Amino acid sequence: MSHIAVIGAGQAGSALAAKLRALGFDGRLTLIGAEPVAPYQRPPLSKKYMAGDMTLDRLFLRPQAFYDENRIDLVTGCQVEAIDPEAMTIRMADGAAIAADQIALTTGADPIRLPAAMGGALPRVYTMRSLADADAMAPEFTAGRRVLIVGGGYVGLEAAAVAASRGLKVTLVEMAPRILARVAAQETADWIRAVHVAHGVEFREGCGLQGLTETDTGAYAAALSDGTTVTVDFVVCGIGVRPATALAEGAGLTLDNGIAVDAFGRTSHPRIFAAGDCASFPWQGGRIRLESVPNAIDQAEATAASMLGQGAPYVAKPWFWSDQYDVKLQIAGLNTGHDRVVVRPGDKPGSQSHWYYRGATLLAVDAMNDPRAYMTGKRLIEAGHSPLPEAVADPAVALKALPLADDLAA
Amino acid sequence: MITVTFTAPDGAEIAASARPGLTLMEAARDACVPGILAECGGACSCSTCHVYIDPAWTAKLPEAEEMEVDLLDFAVEVDPETSRLSCQITLTPELDGLRVRVPARQG
Ligand SMILES: Cc1cc2nc3c(=O)[nH]c(=O)nc-3n(C[C@H](O)[C@H](O)[C@H](O)COP(=O)(O)OP(=O)(O)OC[C@H]3O[C@@H](n4cnc5c(N)ncnc54)[C@H](O)[C@@H]3O)c2cc1C
Ligand code: FES
Repeated sequence: MSHIAVIGAGQAGSALAAKLRALGFDGRLTLIGAEPVAPYQRPPLSKKYMAGDMTLDRLFLRPQAFYDENRIDLVTGCQVEAIDPEAMTIRMADGAAIAADQIALTTGADPIRLPAAMGGALPRVYTMRSLADADAMAPEFTAGRRVLIVGGGYVGLEAAAVAASRGLKVTLVEMAPRILARVAAQETADWIRAVHVAHGVEFREGCGLQGLTETDTGAYAAALSDGTTVTVDFVVCGIGVRPATALAEGAGLTLDNGIAVDAFGRTSHPRIFAAGDCASFPWQGGRIRLESVPNAIDQAEATAASMLGQGAPYVAKPWFWSDQYDVKLQIAGLNTGHDRVVVRPGDKPGSQSHWYYRGATLLAVDAMNDPRAYMTGKRLIEAGHSPLPEAVADPAVALKALPLADDLAA
Repeated sequence: MITVTFTAPDGAEIAASARPGLTLMEAARDACVPGILAECGGACSCSTCHVYIDPAWTAKLPEAEEMEVDLLDFAVEVDPETSRLSCQITLTPELDGLRVRVPARQG
């Protein structure tokens, strides 16, 4: 009987294993994860779960019965140490070796940690990737405490929103000239920042953390590159992740900003595949690596199909969301390479959308409290249509009636 | 516990039992009901948790908020009378016995 081993029991790993069974794979199927729990959703960790609005039992992606019924041998709390690509064996943390006919790497990404020399080893300096991380910092979130958030990406901003909502005093430092510099336009950053400022968050942008030291009172003094010092009770780092490539590297697989796979999820080894946050794949003539739930699921499912010889090339349809306070930010497409942002006021107060163009081509939409703009943009982008920017900017033109540039060309 | 009966597209019935406070989507997920993808995990951002509520029950549910209404518009094969996003319905004791149909496809 053939054996497929899926290494990394997160969003991609669980989707890949489930899809293998849904497509009729009848052999032995093992899903191995380093974390002590069954696959769960990470997005709520910096949102509802952190805010105390969601209990642990709701985080799990699938119930145990699902793995049992589908004969998926879920092995938790087990770090895979190495893969031998010639023998096609997997070495577990306890030294045991298991053989597989095919291997899928869904190892995700590791958070970048603050170096120990900068105070990263202090006990109340947290990262934000796993359930264990979220549970470790949960007791710190009590009203009146002071927190320094390092990094103004989505994870850092969501943590800031939860902290501010719970009555903590929040300072956020971002080394880049502004928050969301890597992922969103100035317009979106300005809009989001204003919401945080209204909730009392203090921003230090274009300002790096130089180091943390413990004070006499047990607080942490954070020295910043603008010469100031902020005193806080604890620190949350949201300074990005690195694709988890150690196993792939050890096995001699080709790496390129993650584990390099082709459009079928194949690595440079014919029987080893990869998907999710750990994998970079072909995209518009280049290569890209996405860190999102939709990509983890879709790429994992496409890869499962190609492992069974039923594959079609994976074409990513990127989308993402972020919840901060009562703001729902929804993003369709990828804005890389845009040369223009068109602002569209929403129908209600507090809603707006930003439409990214390269020339006449619509690349992406950031919608704040405007799901109709988000869904309209998503549909158009996925279909390869671009509405006329002038019409997008005019709220009197209904979303459903946006004239398309391609209609005029035809 | 609250019992909800899901009817799969092929007509098979699955009885799910869930505690109050969970959403209808979570009840389906925990009972391994196929066809409710719920890609965003309940963040009202994907519309792949679309279901049809049994007409006898639609009036007993709390009305959909604007976010849900807006997103629902973009789900597949929406029925204006009975379609809802299952992640936006929180189960309460009044909903014990609820009957729900799962659509043939989500996208
Ligand atoms: C706080 C937070 C908020 C987020 N919010 C959003 C959001 O709102 N929307 C969105 O789309 N995305 C969000 N994301 C991103 C999303 O969660 C990830 O893109 C997604 O989890 C990627 O899935 P994955 O399976 O590739 O990796 P992961 O979910 O990270 O799973 C990888 C698993 O592999 C395990 N593993 C690694 N190496 C080994 C080994 N050698 N042996 C055994 N196991 C191993 C890891 O322990 C981990 O459990 C968020 C992420 C975080 C951390
Ligand atoms: S689960 Fe995504 S909208 Fe309901």
